[in-house]
Amino acid sequence: MSREPKTADAGRAGVRDAASAPRRGLGSRLAVYGLRHLQVFFYTLGQLWRTPFATLMTAAVIGIALALPAGLQVLLNNAQRLSQGWDGATQISLFLKNGVSEERARDTAGRLRARSDIASVEFISKEEALEEFRRLSGFGDALKALDANPLPSVIVVHPALGTTAGVDATRALLKRLRALPEVDIAQLDMQWVKRLYAIMDIVRRGVNVLGLLLGLAVILVVGNTIRLAIQNRRDEIVIIKLIGGTDAFIRRPFLYTGFWYGLFGSLIAYFLVSGSLLVLSDPVRRLAGLYGSHFRLSSLDGDVTLALLGGGILLGLLGSWVAVGRHLRAIEPT
Amino acid sequence: MIRFSNVSKRYPGGHEALSDVSFHLGPGELAFLTGHSGAGKSTLLKLIALLERPTRGQVLINGQNLGKVGRRRIPYVRRNVGIIFQDHRLLFDRTVFDNVALPLIIAGYRHQEIGRRVRAALDKVGLLGKEKVFPITLSGGEQQRVGIARAVVNKPPLLLADEPTGNLDPELSGEIMGLFEQFNQVGVTVLIASHDLALIQRLRHRIVALKNGRLVADGIPQAQPA
Repeated sequence: MSREPKTADAGRAGVRDAASAPRRGLGSRLAVYGLRHLQVFFYTLGQLWRTPFATLMTAAVIGIALALPAGLQVLLNNAQRLSQGWDGATQISLFLKNGVSEERARDTAGRLRARSDIASVEFISKEEALEEFRRLSGFGDALKALDANPLPSVIVVHPALGTTAGVDATRALLKRLRALPEVDIAQLDMQWVKRLYAIMDIVRRGVNVLGLLLGLAVILVVGNTIRLAIQNRRDEIVIIKLIGGTDAFIRRPFLYTGFWYGLFGSLIAYFLVSGSLLVLSDPVRRLAGLYGSHFRLSSLDGDVTLALLGGGILLGLLGSWVAVGRHLRAIEPT
Repeated sequence: MIRFSNVSKRYPGGHEALSDVSFHLGPGELAFLTGHSGAGKSTLLKLIALLERPTRGQVLINGQNLGKVGRRRIPYVRRNVGIIFQDHRLLFDRTVFDNVALPLIIAGYRHQEIGRRVRAALDKVGLLGKEKVFPITLSGGEQQRVGIARAVVNKPPLLLADEPTGNLDPELSGEIMGLFEQFNQVGVTVLIASHDLALIQRLRHRIVALKNGRLVADGIPQAQPA
């Protein structure tokens, strides 16, 4: 009979109490709300932990799907870093008019050398050009037949790296040089750099498209996994709805599960990409050495790592959101 | 507490489960809802729990017209109604404690308060020592008590029970009904659907009888000749 007082407490208080029970201060309610989220956060982690193999399989699929675009992105960044110096290797050849005397040509070269947007200037006189041509072309004897030197003086201009940032600035410089009265033809030797950039642009777009498709695949994988989880826990969802659980309450664990899948998947992707780069780094260094370069393959930097983790988590959440939105409404108690 | 005004429920396909049912259950009352299978007992309870909507008529709970409750408000209405099912509807992957705590977690109670209330509810149904066990290891009667503890743990003013003794022997059934009487004694309104006429006639409470969806009797049974 010691139960009587408690029963009384439960009953009478109930009539007043039930509807207003959680009505407390805002701070306290927020604290409870945060605590609930934290609990679900770890509860879902524990659930995944209890089925390690299934979790790992799903996470690995997500990881591979994320590793492909991430790895390609890293390689692309490396390629860009490698080719960045080549912009500066651009040179402009100024073929001077035939009537320009060597003295005046040297003077012009000197004036150009003083310009701030030009890093260095090389002057090749008519005689030097002829000598070089004779040496390199193998037509030396044929040249003897000519009574005058047909070759023009040449000024080779190397644009300054600082000021000629990009193709446009170089083009502007070219235009100015072309306008010089001594210059006959000004020729920009950067066609191949432009082609390389064009190719890299295509590759970059390709990687973006691939990333988009694989991101979609991640959403579908997570969505399908969550759909199965929802079906497995159908009874639980029905019961929670029967005793007054809101849609948000029911949705929460599934969203956190999606979050975990995204996080695990992107971590796996991180290790896959890092490992692959590690495997590649030695051969790349050797190849670079053969070209006399000190180029080193850079690994995942902070930005890409953050994008990978953030993207993975976002895709996981998105996938579970889609599944939850589609399937939770269909489950109603009867 | 519960007021039905000319309520009819026709299911898709034309079957009319309830026809023009009107009755009123005052606050603090205990009543049995009886009738054969298919008489409309379950439908009537489902209308109160907002599992179904009436085709015609009005259902008022605690002065609130359920017809005006939108989909998003349904959970909050259900929190004020403790429901007990014939098949218990427990979560078998969680302990007894976690099962009973579920309504409190849903409503956002504090951790300490959850512990206190769950133990109080389990004490009331006589299962205080079984907090940590899983429901599957309990007998049918004990599982039903867990279900009752879960229904009362957040102290709803209204309890609904759908054949709560359906699978129990007479002695256990008597104990379960005794629990409901205890809750009723402290002010909780209780509506119990049951076709166990022998049991409920002995208990001398109001009986609302349905037949083919119509209300056919409503009153307290007379003492039976010995």
